[in-house]
Amino acid sequence: MPTKEEIFSKIQAALVEALGVDEDEVTPEATLMGDLGAESIDFLDIIFRLEKAFGVKISQDELTQNDIITNPAYQENRKLNAAGLKALKERIRDGDWATFEKDPSIDKIQSVFTVGTIVNFIEQKLAAK
Amino acid sequence: MRWIWFDRFEEFESGTRAVAVKNVTLAEDHLHDHFPGFPVMPASLLIEGMAQTAGILVGEARGFREKVILAKVQRAVFHEVVRPGQQVRFEARIEQLHDAAAVTRGTIRCGATLVGEVDLVFSHIDQNLGGREFPEENFVFTEEFLALLTTYRQRGTERIPL
Repeated sequence: MPTKEEIFSKIQAALVEALGVDEDEVTPEATLMGDLGAESIDFLDIIFRLEKAFGVKISQDELTQNDIITNPAYQENRKLNAAGLKALKERIRDGDWATFEKDPSIDKIQSVFTVGTIVNFIEQKLAAK
Repeated sequence: MRWIWFDRFEEFESGTRAVAVKNVTLAEDHLHDHFPGFPVMPASLLIEGMAQTAGILVGEARGFREKVILAKVQRAVFHEVVRPGQQVRFEARIEQLHDAAAVTRGTIRCGATLVGEVDLVFSHIDQNLGGREFPEENFVFTEEFLALLTTYRQRGTERIPL
């Protein structure tokens, strides 16, 4: 099992390539969309690069918590309700909630993701391997 | 002019790799503007040729049931220009294939010369974009497209199921 630092370092390299950003911009707190300029389509690219770097299988639904955001009980008018937000917060650690909570539109869910979120996600995947 | 940037498949290994060729000719209008007196095939159209070759490879891997859309040019590097009279050879390989998407690696050659390297990400759009819905009919691999594909069923492409 690699250390958190090793995981971070591989994720940093993947994000530098996928998003064309500088290494020093990729900090644990940086948000993928707001700070690193990722677009929703970049998430596909990032998933492929993470799979290759860590030798794990990742489905997009798993990373973007699709089971929560497509659950009718958790949304109203394509926005997450309080129950949906609670469920999502339990799953996504180190997320950037401040911006998303102001407008919890399902289309903007990816704005929650920080580099730290991805590090935690991969750590959990590797631990479950 | 039709938006078809290769002329035929030379090789097609289902779910693995495809090789398509295009003959570049001065009958193509855009070459007279790109550039006047120095006609070369635009790199953007070389990327499109690779996207079509690789996109069909990815589409065929799932029986043309998915709507396969070019999502991202992961990498595009060009080493040489392509001029009228040359034959371009697009070779695409599927590197990763998911329910939701695929990554392909590609090389573009003229004869033995490596012209470019193009890596692409494709999305199966029905499986993406947070549950948004698209028209039921497959507007990527249309009936017209599948009919056209029959003309490619020669020399090594017989296994494309139609």
